[in-house]
Amino acid sequence: MKLGRGRRALWGAVAIALPLAACASDGKDRPKSAAAKAPPVKYARDPYPSTYHAYPGVPTLVRNVTVFDGEGGRIDGGAVLLADGKIAAVGQSLDAPAGATVIDGAGKYITPGIVDIHSHLGDYPSPQVQALSDGNEATAPITADVWAEHSVWPQDPGFGRALANGGVTTLQILPGSANLMGGRSVVLKNVYARTMQAMKFPGAPYGLKMACGENPKRVYGSKNREPSTRMGNVAVDRQTWAKAVAYKRKWDKYEKEGGDPPDRDIGMDTLRGVLSGEIMVQNHCYRADEMAIVLDMAKEFGYHVTAFHHAVEAYKIADLLRASGTCAAVWADWYGFKMESYDGIGENLAILDHAGACAMIHSDDENGIQRLNQEVAKVLSSARHAGIQVSDEAAWKWLSLGPAKALGIDSQTGSLRPGKMADAVLWNGNPFSVYTRPEKVWVDGALLYDSSDPKRRPVSDFELGQPGSGDVK
Amino acid sequence: MTRALLLLAASVLAVPAAAQTIAITGGTVAIGDGSAPIERGTVVIANGRVVAAGAGVAVPAGAEVVDATGRWVTPGVVSAMTDLSLVDADGVSESNDAGARNSPYKASIDVSVAVNPSGVKVANERLGGVTRAIVAPEAGGSIFAGQGAVIDLGSDPDALTRARAFEYVELGEDGGKLAGGSRPAAWALLRDAFQQAQDYRRDPKAFDGRSRDSLVTRADAETLGRVLDGQLPLLVHVERAADIRQVLGLTRDYAKVKLVLVGVAEGWLVAREIAAARVPVIAHALADLPASFESLAATESNVGRMRAAGVPVALASTGASGGDHVLRQFAGNLVAITRVPGATGLDWGQAWASITSGPAEAIGLGGEIGSLRPGRRADVVLWDGDPLELSSVPVATWVDGRAQPMRSRQTDLRDRYLTPTEGALPKAYERR
Repeated sequence: MKLGRGRRALWGAVAIALPLAACASDGKDRPKSAAAKAPPVKYARDPYPSTYHAYPGVPTLVRNVTVFDGEGGRIDGGAVLLADGKIAAVGQSLDAPAGATVIDGAGKYITPGIVDIHSHLGDYPSPQVQALSDGNEATAPITADVWAEHSVWPQDPGFGRALANGGVTTLQILPGSANLMGGRSVVLKNVYARTMQAMKFPGAPYGLKMACGENPKRVYGSKNREPSTRMGNVAVDRQTWAKAVAYKRKWDKYEKEGGDPPDRDIGMDTLRGVLSGEIMVQNHCYRADEMAIVLDMAKEFGYHVTAFHHAVEAYKIADLLRASGTCAAVWADWYGFKMESYDGIGENLAILDHAGACAMIHSDDENGIQRLNQEVAKVLSSARHAGIQVSDEAAWKWLSLGPAKALGIDSQTGSLRPGKMADAVLWNGNPFSVYTRPEKVWVDGALLYDSSDPKRRPVSDFELGQPGSGDVK
Repeated sequence: MTRALLLLAASVLAVPAAAQTIAITGGTVAIGDGSAPIERGTVVIANGRVVAAGAGVAVPAGAEVVDATGRWVTPGVVSAMTDLSLVDADGVSESNDAGARNSPYKASIDVSVAVNPSGVKVANERLGGVTRAIVAPEAGGSIFAGQGAVIDLGSDPDALTRARAFEYVELGEDGGKLAGGSRPAAWALLRDAFQQAQDYRRDPKAFDGRSRDSLVTRADAETLGRVLDGQLPLLVHVERAADIRQVLGLTRDYAKVKLVLVGVAEGWLVAREIAAARVPVIAHALADLPASFESLAATESNVGRMRAAGVPVALASTGASGGDHVLRQFAGNLVAITRVPGATGLDWGQAWASITSGPAEAIGLGGEIGSLRPGRRADVVLWDGDPLELSSVPVATWVDGRAQPMRSRQTDLRDRYLTPTEGALPKAYERR
């Protein structure tokens, strides 16, 4: 997505500008009467910067392997070379550089690492005890001020399971859906670290979690306050966006012209980021009619909804989603667990994709994240039995490149394109078979899971020294 | 009147007679008893029961022959520990009869009276290959959740296979919470309730059970008496190895109790003890996270390791957010991990048994349902491929020997929206 790359460029510029705390204008353009104004000081856009670093890898050639490149391409009996943390080459046959590890991939498949756009790992970790339940700041319907990264517990055993059983190499951690505006998301590399910052995906844009429907109206209705209805949901959203538009106007003016800085509002910073296109909207929403209302609300206030999440009824409005350039991140077959999921069908993703809308798989679940490849396999089965033909290699886009685009990180990961991060999974068979599991997982070229080497199996601090520590999981 | 009669006659005629003898020939036959699939086998059903299944089975004269060449023929999936038929949408409390937090009745609650065979989920899940369900109540106001039922998923109104099929009890962490805050409180409650059930048995007339402060009602005492007699299997949910040991101790104190363990995330740590006590388990299939302090040792190898130690294993449908049909994906994963170094899974036959005969046998119904052995109810599914594979779906299904409709509300929604844009009229006018 063009927008994604544009945003990244902007972030880069901001990061460089920060230490200077300077404005773009040197004062020459301004009228003399304004010259007395104090120069503007931009607030930090990235105050908790990523300290992630790639771990060492060795040049690795996997050959004689079936390649799904993640962009819809497939090579049977092909080869992939990982070197210097990057995808170095993909082709029918490649020569091994001196000193490279060579892996025979006969009967195996290699794919990009899976990107899960909807996870709560770290914020709702295992064990699921109240003391670690940090995913919903359910004390007010608008909490755009909270950042999911400040709740992430890097010791969640779930990260390791998602890596070893699921082949997940990148994931977005979202606040929960109790609130209309639940706060900022964070994108992580799925690599254990001592700190959250050391897991942060370098340069990934932020997201704003929004929610419509049953959850906010139930949570606040039960506290006898607005919103207690769907119309209340939209009313509170609109009032908040109207304030955000005014906040943005004030701060845009100040950051251009200087003078007395307006009051800071941490939540409004996030909404201003959305209105300026720097922060992507990730909107929990089930029902088709509600998604259509949210799309109009976005037009009303001048922002773009990047993706609807769960979107159980997205198939009913595939044409509207296509026209607005909004994605749907969905489960394969979840339905019937609440009123707004009553109309869920297994063909949701396939109908969206067939209609030309942007669609992808997501987990929202610490168990489902371990089997996202199987979730797509179920979608493929539903699609093909309904007469919609999709190839296996095309379907892999729903697992990596699609979510990477909707996170604004597709120039760095999401496909086996030379120059991208060497985030890859070697599967011990066709990854759309129930009988297949990851054999090796690389993140930035570092081998971080190897099914045949217990030393390449992560054990979080929490599990160390407990029953079952270091076991296969 | 005449019209009503005609409609009735039509609906009766629309249900193919279960008496019809049907021979399903040429397919890969999985009996469901743990044995390996049989290629080019034949399954014969008549009068709602399995007559024979396997290789070299003769087709009876006059039988309707269904060609299953290139396909698989199996018993339908038995979904264990589900709320199917009790609930329309879990989060919609008005539609949900699984639990009763505020009822004064506990052990005697009988879910069979709430079974709704025409709930849309029943048909949806039947289309996923599920033909029977072990329906469990959810504990609300006590460690005693009540009595579960066994149902079929046929399209006819008679769904009950067995009412009051078992008693379901929460011990461990959930039991402690329900009993007032601790495991010891849950055990005190359990022991006292069993004692009162024995009192009731000895002298029903002397038993109080109707005064406001009585801890066990007469109805509950009567139900628990049947548990102690072994008439009603006792299904106990526990996860931690130490809790499992405690529960196994019940078999020493109450010799007739037919105990079944449910959940058992740490079962592999005490697998030999469970096997020695000859207690079957209905386990989480793939729970591999320390979801709580009672499941720290959880691993996907749990079921395989218990099976290897001689424990009769079945899979629970807990965690199947996509619906009960997800059980076959669970079972398939247990085959998958046999190729992961250090992991223990199940072979294909054991995996299929863990979602068919396994749950049936755990609650003492193995002679009735869950396999294609002669005499079992003819719940048969014809699949277009390996039923553990994600690419396979049922192409025909029989329940009690009756062919089932292959449509559901989900297929109706799918067909309405395969082309999402509207035609000449609103979508509300588009239906088959």
